[in-house]
Amino acid sequence: MTNNEIYLAIIVMSFTNYLTRLFPFIFFLKKDPPKIVVYIETYFPPVIMTILIFYSIKDINLTVYPYGLKELIAILFTASIHLWKNNYLVSIFGGTIFYMLLVQY
Amino acid sequence: MAMLCTLGLMYKLLNYNKEFKSALTISIPVMMGYLVLGFAFGLLLSSFNYDWYLAPIMSIFIYAGALQFVAIGFFNAKMGLIDIAIATIFINIRQSFYGLSLLKKFKHTGKFKKYLIFGLTDETYGLLTTVEEDKKLSKKHFYFFLTALNQSYWIIGSTVGAIIGSNIDFNTNGLEFSLTALFIVLCIEQYKKLKNILPFIIGGLASLLAFIIVPSDKMLITSIILSLVLLLTFEKRIENDK
Repeated sequence: MTNNEIYLAIIVMSFTNYLTRLFPFIFFLKKDPPKIVVYIETYFPPVIMTILIFYSIKDINLTVYPYGLKELIAILFTASIHLWKNNYLVSIFGGTIFYMLLVQY
Repeated sequence: MAMLCTLGLMYKLLNYNKEFKSALTISIPVMMGYLVLGFAFGLLLSSFNYDWYLAPIMSIFIYAGALQFVAIGFFNAKMGLIDIAIATIFINIRQSFYGLSLLKKFKHTGKFKKYLIFGLTDETYGLLTTVEEDKKLSKKHFYFFLTALNQSYWIIGSTVGAIIGSNIDFNTNGLEFSLTALFIVLCIEQYKKLKNILPFIIGGLASLLAFIIVPSDKMLITSIILSLVLLLTFEKRIENDK
């Protein structure tokens, strides 16, 4: 993207992001949200987080060596240290450094 | 004129020293997280050769961790504005829930309210809902300082990361995995809260399907739509599976 396209994208994201935060303050001041809204808001976050894991590695090529194995190993590694240490900074940095070592050496 | 107003407001805020100190103490855990994660975001942004000043611009106006990371992917893929808007809504839909538990708290915050809502990130929300408030302090000023301090950590971290990234040349190959790692962590935290595996299976299935049927720049939107369909189709199953 050129910088002008990026500025437009930033405006769109700023505006939409603010709307998602503003939403309940506009619509649910007096009445409770409808059941379907509560359902989506409860169960969609885990869905999108899973999608984003796949999205973030979408450019790997599964048909040539190493067949996405490095990504798989790094994902398992990151999940394990998170379950073990329960510190999100340690998990994110540990996982990233581990993956960087895998792809660079 | 706007300058004068801002200066006036800042002068008034000087009278709320105690609120500031209290907010500063409480925000320290977030300071660590935002400085470090912001730094990673800035570094990643500049590793794709984007101008460093886009980092502070994004952190001032968007101010959403996961979204800003994914935005780098939007820029790379030259994604359309409507697709970006839809993706933004669904990436941040968890935040639509936050306001519900803060409706009362924010009721008498006057001119700060708009900013407090703007600054409702996961971590700020966490602090606002768990911290025990000192009755002697002015609540709205305390909330304002807490929110503004958190955002300033994020701005500082991301700016420093972007400047360092664009001036020091090192092998950043693989750095993009920080995004994957961030979502793995968020996924695990979501599971701990929800204790229900079905949404994760739906997310996985929808992604794999989208991965096969559409080109990779349409993958995100396609998987969001597919998963919404699945989520609504299996509503009863999912709600009973607690």
